[in-house]
Amino acid sequence: MRESIIMKIHYGTALAAVALVAVHILMRMSQKFSDSLSYQNVLANYHFLPYALMLEVILVLLSVHGFNGLRVILLELKQGATYEKAINYGSLAAMAVLIAYGSRTILMAGMGTS
Amino acid sequence: MATVTVPEEKKIDESPAAPAEPKPTTITLRISRVNPSENAEAKFEEFKVPVQKWTTVLETILHVKEKLDHSVAVRYSCRQASCGSCGMKINGKPRLACYTKISELESNVVTVEPMNNFQIIRDLAVNFEQLFSTHKKMKPFIINEESEVQPGTKEFIQTPQDLEKFLQFSYCIKCGLCNSACPTMATDKSFVGPQGLAQAYRYTADNRDKGKEDRLKIVDQSHGIWRCHFAGSCSNVCPKGVDPAMAIQLLRGYLLGFRK
Ligand code: SF4
Ligand code: FES
Repeated sequence: MRESIIMKIHYGTALAAVALVAVHILMRMSQKFSDSLSYQNVLANYHFLPYALMLEVILVLLSVHGFNGLRVILLELKQGATYEKAINYGSLAAMAVLIAYGSRTILMAGMGTS
Repeated sequence: MATVTVPEEKKIDESPAAPAEPKPTTITLRISRVNPSENAEAKFEEFKVPVQKWTTVLETILHVKEKLDHSVAVRYSCRQASCGSCGMKINGKPRLACYTKISELESNVVTVEPMNNFQIIRDLAVNFEQLFSTHKKMKPFIINEESEVQPGTKEFIQTPQDLEKFLQFSYCIKCGLCNSACPTMATDKSFVGPQGLAQAYRYTADNRDKGKEDRLKIVDQSHGIWRCHFAGSCSNVCPKGVDPAMAIQLLRGYLLGFRK
């Protein structure tokens, strides 16, 4: 993939994540902070489909943005064909694992199996 | 024979009191000495050099070569900030030695070192191979099938506004000071660097040129334009008033679709 496309995704995910995390924080502020972290309330969030979907989107946005950022930092740190290939595929794999694991948590909590 | 009498007040004083030459002061010039072929550690050697207020750093180094130690390695040519040969770190900042006066440094101790981010040949002389090959990769020429030099082809007309878009970037003398100041180049040896990117913009922004797509493809890779963090050190050190940091942002505009 061309680097400019990757960077467009990088900037786009940053902007979208800032907007959605702001919504997420505002939702927390609709009640007392300590209440918002109580077991029942946290679970209720996952049972509310639009909110659970938003958390999923935030998870994807932050994983894509974060792992691409890490990839860029590591590419600047050291160079070499094998190393760069390992970093590119490694960050893609790490991104997929984190999204899969986070999605599993959201799904299980949403379905009440956790 | 006729004699002419010069009136008293018009007589020229044959022994006018010439303004006294300002006395040279002496500074300590610390030169980094290193010879990578001998695997020796870099060390500083100190020389006492007389300077006038107009003396340049290059002149002090040449004084050392002429009178004190002829083995100091330094590259220079034009002595007038045109050839781009004499770049070095002077009191920690990349500058042209022929364009930096001792008086402007406001210090009696002047330290000269080879530029960062370049391979050292010896002492103050560095290898420009990567700088020049990157410059060449940017296709630093007008790409256009039609040409003013071919008979029967048209003349390219440019308005002052067209010229304004790239003029300052064409003042680059390939001295490499910007690459030396660049923090990304310090860690990423494959980074294109501000000099190359500024030149890619210079030709891309020229409305006679048709090589935009080629150049954008060259800079749009993992060690290309996106690795610039916009520190701005390149523009801060350029002796010719080129603003490579701005060129990089303008070039990014083409890739992000803000510019056509
Ligand atoms: S942009 Fe300025 S500092 Fe960089 S190589 Fe050209 S003249 Fe030197
Ligand atoms: S000697 Fe040519 S730029 Fe300094």
